[in-house]
Amino acid sequence: MPSIDLETETGRKEALRRMLTIRWFDTTAGERFADGEIPGFVHLYIGEEAVGVGACAALEEDDYITSTHRGHGHCIAKGLDPKPMMAELYGKREGYCNGKGGSMHIADVDAGMLGANGIVGAGPPLGTGAALTIDRKGEDRVALSFLGDGAVAQGQVHSAANLAATWDLPVIFLVENNHYGEGTPVEEQHNVENLSATAGAYNVPGITVDGMDVTAVNEAVLEARERARAGDGPTFIEAETYRFHGHFEGDEELYREDDEVERWEARDPIDSFAERLMDRGELTDEGFEELTTEAKATIEEALEYARSAEEPTPEEAYDDMFAVEVPEITSFAQQLRADGSGPKGGER
Amino acid sequence: MASAGLEAEQTEEMTVREAIRETLREEMDRDEDVFLMGEDIATMGGVLDVTGELHKQFGKDRVRDTPIGESGFMGAATGAAATGSRPVVEIMFSDFLGVAMEQVMNQMAKMRYMFGGKTEMPVTVRTTEGGGMGAASQHSGTVHAWIAHFPGLLAVAPGTPAAAKGLLKSAIRSDDPVFFFENKMIYEQSGEVPTDEDFTIPLGEASVEREGEDVTVVATQRLVGESLSVADELDGETDVEVIDLRSLYPLDTDTIVESLNKTGRLVVADESPLSYGVHAEVMARAVENAFYSLDAPIQRVGVPDTHIPFSPPLEGEVLPDGEKVRDAIERIA
Ligand SMILES: Cc1ncc(C[n+]2csc(CCOP(=O)(O)OP(=O)(O)O)c2C)c(N)n1
Repeated sequence: MPSIDLETETGRKEALRRMLTIRWFDTTAGERFADGEIPGFVHLYIGEEAVGVGACAALEEDDYITSTHRGHGHCIAKGLDPKPMMAELYGKREGYCNGKGGSMHIADVDAGMLGANGIVGAGPPLGTGAALTIDRKGEDRVALSFLGDGAVAQGQVHSAANLAATWDLPVIFLVENNHYGEGTPVEEQHNVENLSATAGAYNVPGITVDGMDVTAVNEAVLEARERARAGDGPTFIEAETYRFHGHFEGDEELYREDDEVERWEARDPIDSFAERLMDRGELTDEGFEELTTEAKATIEEALEYARSAEEPTPEEAYDDMFAVEVPEITSFAQQLRADGSGPKGGER
Repeated sequence: MASAGLEAEQTEEMTVREAIRETLREEMDRDEDVFLMGEDIATMGGVLDVTGELHKQFGKDRVRDTPIGESGFMGAATGAAATGSRPVVEIMFSDFLGVAMEQVMNQMAKMRYMFGGKTEMPVTVRTTEGGGMGAASQHSGTVHAWIAHFPGLLAVAPGTPAAAKGLLKSAIRSDDPVFFFENKMIYEQSGEVPTDEDFTIPLGEASVEREGEDVTVVATQRLVGESLSVADELDGETDVEVIDLRSLYPLDTDTIVESLNKTGRLVVADESPLSYGVHAEVMARAVENAFYSLDAPIQRVGVPDTHIPFSPPLEGEVLPDGEKVRDAIERIA
């Protein structure tokens, strides 16, 4: 059973709800970043919601995903809770990573989310590794690695794809081709028209789907998942999509024209899916408004949660380096803290 | 802290190579989650014949020949460790770690911390180091200082067969990433190894292999044995204490300081480049913690910041050995 069944009306509504939640999470994150409330940098997923939701809907709860630096959408699509997500963006202790990861590193291993990732192309080897555990333990689950079109140029992506294909591991590589790697168009980074052509080198299926269509992505991943579970190895899927915002918030976007953005915005994955549901008589304008209001309320709540959550204490910077206590960390911290009040233990 | 004293236990004579292989066998027998992966480690038994015929006992699912793609399989080991496996990865020559470093430094080393402590990373990376075979610069490097320097990674480098067994067991059983550095010139070195299947050496404990009053030699890997021979040669002249450092990170400051409080003189012998490395770290700990015990300038024996050349006379020139340890001792004794 997929975690969200798009064959059912409830499933379709849930998919729409998740896409709206992502949209409002990221809209809010963008605004609060502009206000200076959120530190670091944030990369928004707005415009790409159909890819994350379509893919994660096809997965089961205990499947694994690896994500990218643009990970908020993947997290929500995988079912993570927006409250600790937002708290993580605010660097709070209640965040998924206790404030150590931030926007680019949200993870919840228990939920099968093996981390957003600040390194372009680092996810596919990790997804291949999760699939290796699954394979060795004979578990009935799969791993899916999201990666950007830019990431397809990374050597480690190919090294991982070759390993996964050779060993028939249950992993799916899902390229989100949003047509830019930072400011450089995909055509200037690759010599192939479709990035799914990559699959040919590994003798696994490679397909390109419309990444603005949640059901198209969903169907492709469902099929890839079956293949993976059957022991037939990985599938390379390219989803053609577009990010409506800049590479990061504050990006001046000098590399693209307004009319290109407008053309893609006209294909908004949320609006188009809602329209289809309306055509089927499953959704009314009021129903859509209601879902939108709910999504906004969920994010408003997450924002309140994040704002009122506690800051970690500075000493927590020394926690969680290792499973065991390492004397160096405690003794160096003790020596170097201005007030001499480093963590306890490790007395020398 | 720990000393060489293995007298109370049952032991068997074996080489470093055999100690490593038997440890892998015992740990795979003990724990289904442990598996090996690396290039040519199954059918070929590894280019340095460490993994031998383990695949015959455990099958090719648990002794996995990988494609030649260090970044891919190091990353796969990292992802596997994060999801409940205990992979033991072999990197054929430590020089090839460069190919896999992204997965080592940004994923394996950082995931636990960046995820707020919510991931285990029980992965062991075994790799060979060192010159002496005429293998030239790309197959002779000693890179353990990089790894020991990088936060989030533990690093060990045994100098005896017993240390090889005890440390490899601890590495495999650890929930942290541990790099296990094998000097390729000591695979044939033999010694007594405890037969106990639960014999472990805690990560972070050095061993006093020979007690002495005059000069402390803190050595690693091949230079442990060479320093012991030098100490025997100097017997009656200079009373040399030899410490096998064993763990590079964490580093056993206490054992070094205790020894210095007795001898007041220190030689650090390690086959890595001399700048910014293991030597410097041991010296820093000595100065920070035993400054007033020091009676002479600290001496270091290592590679003079060159790559390892091919031609035997050139290679012999840059590689540290017993003679260089002896010279260093004599400069300060
Ligand atoms: C190894 C590495 N190189 C460069 C960067 C800087 N960087 C961050 S995102 C990015 C573009 C990634 O493009 P793509 O993979 O297409 O993902 P998208 O941003 O389009 O989602 C770059 C170059 C990085 N984080 N990691």
